[in-house]
Amino acid sequence: MTINAETLTKRNEQVDVLRFTTAGSVDDGKSTLIGRLLHDSKSIFEDHLESLGRDSRKLGREVMDLALLTDGLKSEREQGITIDVAYRYFATPKRRFIIADTPGHEQYTRNMATGASTANLAIILIDARNGVLTQSKRHGFIASLLNIPHMIVAVNKMDLVDFSPARFEEICNEYSQFAARLGVQDILYIPISALDGDNVVNPSRRMDWYTGPTLLSHLENVYIEADRNLVDFRFPVQYVNRPNLDFRGYCGTVASGVVRPGEEIMVLPSRKTSRVKSIVTAEGNQEYAFCPRAVTITLEDEIDISRGDMLVHPNNLPYVGSQVEAMLVWMSDTPMTPKKTYRIKHSTNLVRGQFVNLRYRVDPNELHRQDAEELGLNEIGRVELNLMRPIMFDEYKRNRQTGCFIVIDPVTNVTVGAGMVINRSMKRGGSAPGASASPVSKNITRHTGAITSRDRASLLGSAPRTFWLTGLSGSGKSTVAYELERELFSAGRACYVLDGDNVRHGLNRDLGFRPEDRTENIRRVAEVARLFNEAGMTVITAFISPYQTDREMARTIIGSERFTEVHLATPLEICEQRDPKGLYARARKGEIPNFSGISAPYEEPANPEFRFDTSAMDVDEIVQRLTQSLE
Amino acid sequence: MMHETYKLTNLELLEAESMHILREVAAEFDNPVMLYSIGKDSSVMLHLALKAFAPGKPPFPLLHVDTTLKFPEMITFRDEFCRELGLDLRVYINRQAIDAKVNPWDLGTVKCCAQLKTQALLDALREGGYDAAFGGARRDEEKSRAKERVYSFRDSHGQWDPKNQRPELWNLYNGLHVKGESIRVFPLSNWTELDIWNYIRKENIRINPLYFAHERDVIVRDGLLIPYEEGKTPLQEGEKPEKRLCRFRTLGCWPCTGAVNSQAATLDEIIEEMMVVRHSERITRVIDHDQDGSMEQKKREGYF
Repeated sequence: MTINAETLTKRNEQVDVLRFTTAGSVDDGKSTLIGRLLHDSKSIFEDHLESLGRDSRKLGREVMDLALLTDGLKSEREQGITIDVAYRYFATPKRRFIIADTPGHEQYTRNMATGASTANLAIILIDARNGVLTQSKRHGFIASLLNIPHMIVAVNKMDLVDFSPARFEEICNEYSQFAARLGVQDILYIPISALDGDNVVNPSRRMDWYTGPTLLSHLENVYIEADRNLVDFRFPVQYVNRPNLDFRGYCGTVASGVVRPGEEIMVLPSRKTSRVKSIVTAEGNQEYAFCPRAVTITLEDEIDISRGDMLVHPNNLPYVGSQVEAMLVWMSDTPMTPKKTYRIKHSTNLVRGQFVNLRYRVDPNELHRQDAEELGLNEIGRVELNLMRPIMFDEYKRNRQTGCFIVIDPVTNVTVGAGMVINRSMKRGGSAPGASASPVSKNITRHTGAITSRDRASLLGSAPRTFWLTGLSGSGKSTVAYELERELFSAGRACYVLDGDNVRHGLNRDLGFRPEDRTENIRRVAEVARLFNEAGMTVITAFISPYQTDREMARTIIGSERFTEVHLATPLEICEQRDPKGLYARARKGEIPNFSGISAPYEEPANPEFRFDTSAMDVDEIVQRLTQSLE
Repeated sequence: MMHETYKLTNLELLEAESMHILREVAAEFDNPVMLYSIGKDSSVMLHLALKAFAPGKPPFPLLHVDTTLKFPEMITFRDEFCRELGLDLRVYINRQAIDAKVNPWDLGTVKCCAQLKTQALLDALREGGYDAAFGGARRDEEKSRAKERVYSFRDSHGQWDPKNQRPELWNLYNGLHVKGESIRVFPLSNWTELDIWNYIRKENIRINPLYFAHERDVIVRDGLLIPYEEGKTPLQEGEKPEKRLCRFRTLGCWPCTGAVNSQAATLDEIIEEMMVVRHSERITRVIDHDQDGSMEQKKREGYF
């Protein structure tokens, strides 16, 4: 067989990487599944297979034990258990995969959290005979705690339940009731037999009732581009590079967002501002840099900047403060003690801090909150952290890079905990430590009923979606929205249009058009859309929504699997000619301040699901395209 | 508006991650050093360091632990390369062991490695007072390495305790240690052998000529092609040196590194060969097979 290196390199330049973690208890067949993936995708070298055969015989196994592939340490092979997180690599022509294989038997919270911290996807294994165990719930909870965007529930050992579709359905129903409480956005159920390979790489002939993708096919195709935060520019300064007197560059990895030369930036915590002079790499200066690129930034002005500082855009600030609320996973035999001083590593900062309050401990099996004095090994709790100096951070759900920290014991230097920030009560960019205003009353708690959004959707006969129309005034949002509504309604789909007319006069009548008002307007609309979606209805929104950050927020609130961004990219001149409400004319005269496109910016969506120009395209055609996307 | 794409390919992601690790160590440690073994992985690691600190030079020296049993081509390559780039190269040899005539033929590979590699490495690190040492090891190479951290904590004797490793989350690495302890750092943890070759090709990285197919004198032993040096390599009964067109997939000490039959004389041919190869690269390393759990044992004792 000859392969052309040129085409291979080209293909190699197109493959991306999916990191996933696997969780399951000892007997769920986790190692067998990984062995099966490696084996069936032909990723195992012959000498490794031979030594696997030798090891299997030595340990008295009758058939080749694929589990032995992942158990690397001598004591693991002898005892037949996995002790530590192991990393495995395999590739298909489409994607390269990094597996964090985490043990299920003991210390699994600690190990799974470790594997989950960098994962795009989690595979939760459930033994079809045993069904949903408390452990399966625990694994799902940790995956959601670490904010893994995608989840596969692999119902394994289907061969031992006669490949029964009823049994599969039963397990799916039980688990999805639990998962609904976790708020996991993207979850897929697959019936498999890892031992025989059914639905792992190849579709199962014995389960022709299952029509979804095989495990590998889903791993190859799940869309992960939207998981990164490309909105909030955060650049923790890692290292100051001064090779000679003429060069002073700030090395670091873009934690989130995008930066370009010429842009104004603010240095935190000093709040001094400057402009980006150049983005330096060994390949020459770059036109832009985005996460997670490692670059060197130079600035127009000489400012005192050192490791631990953060460069951001002045109109998009993180939290700055020394009081942090977080979910904490404890990883040490020695319990977490409130008021003890630990060392906290957050982005490029190492700061001393104390946990002043342990608000509650979470029972990861039933998600109950418990009062607790301390946090033991593998326990999870909500804490308040006081730091000796302020850091720059975001909520973990919004920013995985600037919302996480590790806890280090000051005496043993061992990593003893991992935290995920959940600040809901602080002001962004606030400089005064401790300044906090809590808009959420502590007396409100969430109640969850027994009916899931899946149930509601199936009653109404369709999976709900939100079409988020964005564009300048006069770009055709309302026209498209109401035409689309009519079309969907006549096709029997429950749907509703949210626009300025039915929202601004009631729910949002307290809001004006300043940027912060617009943000709040969008937040409320997104929350309403989400409630409608949860109730099973499809929503079409028609708001200018000029800011990328606001639309990203809406996407986060609604959930990216339901959110479809539609940019009506009708040129400004055309919109102005149309001017259905005479607003452009007034804005030009200066009578309307903050008018998007004239006296206020309109940020075009970078990657909308759809982009249409209503001056070049028929409304019917647009509606048709959008309707088709629902099929 | 200029069209921007925000997609990173596999190699770009790996590069970014490795550069992050290299910079993190340079910023957090007092006296880091980069273990430079002249092989392809070392060449890639060094290339990444040159990129991470451009337009400056890497702010740490290179260290080569020389067993004096390296291929002569390796030493020539090492010296020329470092001189051209003006890099600070330090070479350490366990003189005591060399004087005591330690060699793999008389002592066996286990003891020879322990003296000329592991002991020499530990002595070199202690003498240099290095608190962090970069190594080019990858997790896909060998099953005990699959359990290795990016920051691998070593006690004051350089020992690894696989059952008691620090949890490593996100890209937050914990390098804290007390004097005498140290951290081994593996910036190439997530790279595979094929990634290394593709990257060498993409970045046009200079590598040692031993990697390319050439007619060489070898003896065939246990299926491996062992390089033959006249007067130096002791022959076992029935063995006869022969000429084979072969290349090395990994570089080590010449008595213990097997070549593979190959016609791949260019990078493209090596990559083509990689795509169809059915054996792991470590099969050519005698020292991986000298005892059960060899690599794990060596690592526990302080090896990389």
